[in-house]
Amino acid sequence: MKNAASLLIIAVFLSIWELGARLYGKAFILPSLIQIFIRFWELKEVLLLQHLPVTLMTIVIGLAISIISGTALAVLMSSRPGVRKALYPILIASQMIPIIALAPIFVLWFGYTIWSKVAVTVLITFFPITVNTFDGLSSGKKEIQELFLTMGASKKDIFYKYSVPTALPHFFSGMKVAVTLSVIGAAIGEWLGAQAGLGYFSRRMMTQFDGAAVFAPIFVLSAVGIGLFICVTIIENRTLEWRSKN
Amino acid sequence: MLAFDDVSFTYQSGNSILDHLSFNILPGEFISIIGVSGSGKSTIFRLVTGLDEPSEGTISLEGNQNSLRLGKVGYMPQQDLLLPWRTILENACLPLEVAGLDKKAAREQVQPLLEEFGLGGTEHNYPGELSGGMKQRVAFLRAVLSGNSLLLLDEPFSALDAITRLSMQEWLINQWEKRKSTVLFITHDVEEALFLSDRIFMLQNKPVTSFVEIEVPLERPRTRNDLHRAEMLDLKELLIRKLRSEVTP
Repeated sequence: MKNAASLLIIAVFLSIWELGARLYGKAFILPSLIQIFIRFWELKEVLLLQHLPVTLMTIVIGLAISIISGTALAVLMSSRPGVRKALYPILIASQMIPIIALAPIFVLWFGYTIWSKVAVTVLITFFPITVNTFDGLSSGKKEIQELFLTMGASKKDIFYKYSVPTALPHFFSGMKVAVTLSVIGAAIGEWLGAQAGLGYFSRRMMTQFDGAAVFAPIFVLSAVGIGLFICVTIIENRTLEWRSKN
Repeated sequence: MLAFDDVSFTYQSGNSILDHLSFNILPGEFISIIGVSGSGKSTIFRLVTGLDEPSEGTISLEGNQNSLRLGKVGYMPQQDLLLPWRTILENACLPLEVAGLDKKAAREQVQPLLEEFGLGGTEHNYPGELSGGMKQRVAFLRAVLSGNSLLLLDEPFSALDAITRLSMQEWLINQWEKRKSTVLFITHDVEEALFLSDRIFMLQNKPVTSFVEIEVPLERPRTRNDLHRAEMLDLKELLIRKLRSEVTP
């Protein structure tokens, strides 16, 4: 078992939690794991059929927008030095803006629709995808580009046959960060104002001092994050099968 | 085949590398360019392939003056520069794909050549699974598949171990005789140059104004033993002495 150490740490952590929660005995502040699970089971239909699809929708739309616009911007920056010089510093600086503080403004702009949540998700997933893809596109070796030139290759040939495959591993690194952040983004978006979604549900339960029901959707959110991460890893390993052979 | 006519090359920094250099290579010749590091070997290569343009003078390829040279010369770089995400077959197909052939046609054309180049059975392997010598064979095949009769080999065996290197030299000579291509071969190894070449151009002085040209007095086919003849040993001694005088300790 290659992940034995991680599993052990998780088991120890969860045991301490269970033990601590029982000793503490205030379920509205720190529910025990068993209480959370029981509450999850009671709420499973509401959580999985009513709120999960809403959050998933936000995540999927947000990620799709980030992937399309992020890679497009990365390609533009790598092919036009002028664009890179103008936009790269701005892109980095944009990460200094506390997005969580900015989020209420999206509610102001987009109202309580799905788009205010999507906007938060896009804002935090856009950066890792763009920067990683850009770094990947610029990581090509000059010697190989020159070799392509001696074959009479056009810029398009070099881009599709060299730059894109070179950038793919970097793109997937960006994706792994982005899918994890997308769950956070969607949840934050929902806190600020929503009628449905796991983040919204968790916050609503907080006002009712139902500790176990606050945690139950958080576990579902974590599972979504882990699931997305595994998906990206599987696609990565399929696409970059050659890496295992070199 | 290839002619340099009064070619000068100066870097943007004002550093002059070539100064009115002229030479001529005939079809089917095997020419080595030998010189110490920084003597201008790679500048000549960049000029021949068309990656750089001369500051003065003209370079003509197969009689065509000043035509675009990119894509007209088969180039085999010092490191194999194989693409790790392409299999051996796909790597070899690259120049054909660049030339506009579709993947299937390219494969059909390359497949039979793999055997001929001693690469049979490796077509679905990735470069990382091959030894250094095998990778250089792929790189050479890729240069040949550019479809050009002038091949430029830039110290192709310098990263190989001594034994592999010797067998690769013999392999290269066989391939050259079979395909009747013209080879311009860069090396800093005197013995390698003597074994392989018809003529050797030695770079001296900086900027380079002319080559010291040596005709190798050996018939083909050659064997390693030919290198041990008295006249060859003298020639080798002479070349090494000249090269050494270029190195400033």
